[in-house]
Amino acid sequence: MKIFIPTPLRVYVDKQDAVQVEAGTVGQALNALTTQHPDLKKHLYSDEGKLRAFVNVYLNDEDVRYLPEKEATTVTDADSLSIIPSIAGGC
Amino acid sequence: MLKLSEPIYNALRKHGEETYPHECCGVLLGRSVQNADNLDINTVEDAVRAGNTRTDAAHNRYHIAPQELIKIQRQGRERGLDIVGFYHSHPDHPAQWSKTDFEEAHWLGCSYVITAVANGVAQQTNSFLLTGTNEDDKSFEDETIQVEELVTGRC
Ligand SMILES: [Zn+2]
Repeated sequence: MKIFIPTPLRVYVDKQDAVQVEAGTVGQALNALTTQHPDLKKHLYSDEGKLRAFVNVYLNDEDVRYLPEKEATTVTDADSLSIIPSIAGGC
Repeated sequence: MLKLSEPIYNALRKHGEETYPHECCGVLLGRSVQNADNLDINTVEDAVRAGNTRTDAAHNRYHIAPQELIKIQRQGRERGLDIVGFYHSHPDHPAQWSKTDFEEAHWLGCSYVITAVANGVAQQTNSFLLTGTNEDDKSFEDETIQVEELVTGRC
């Protein structure tokens, strides 16, 4: 499946906008991604190994945090994951 | 440096006037390059309006739904464009980044454009480049905005 990488993180994946991985679940896909590109890991996960609060991972158009099986959700080659840091602020 | 055409510049300022007294927000699509002096140049080809999901506090907060970002990113990709920045407005506040803006800024290398809107009229527009390599060393740098008039009839 394809994992789409946001502009700021492409520097850690050889400037690609998407990375192709072999995976059966969302968790396996993320694991494959950070195994292929280890420098990415600390930008996605806290020191405790939890996905950083501002990093959103979407399976197609669904937030993985709100999927019933979360990272254990099964995926096929036709699915895509998007990593998308949040955008917010104020004045 | 942030480069954009006059119509795009005017459009993002006008967006802030339309949503006043609420904050507007949007995404800047374009291309990012580094020049010979390692200066980041974000060239904007399109400013895409986004909805502000912070209806609870739209006068002083903004948030773009990730689904909308993914959609905009996908549309950009189909046109060969990347997300190079974001814009929002400060209703009756200066065009300076706030503590909230900084804490919520995570797109390193992207431009954050802020337009002050006073009594419904766009005032100063400033751009800040989010520099650094991670959450611990990030900072906002003042960034020059270069507004280019469209040259028509150029091949
Ligand atoms: Zn702001």
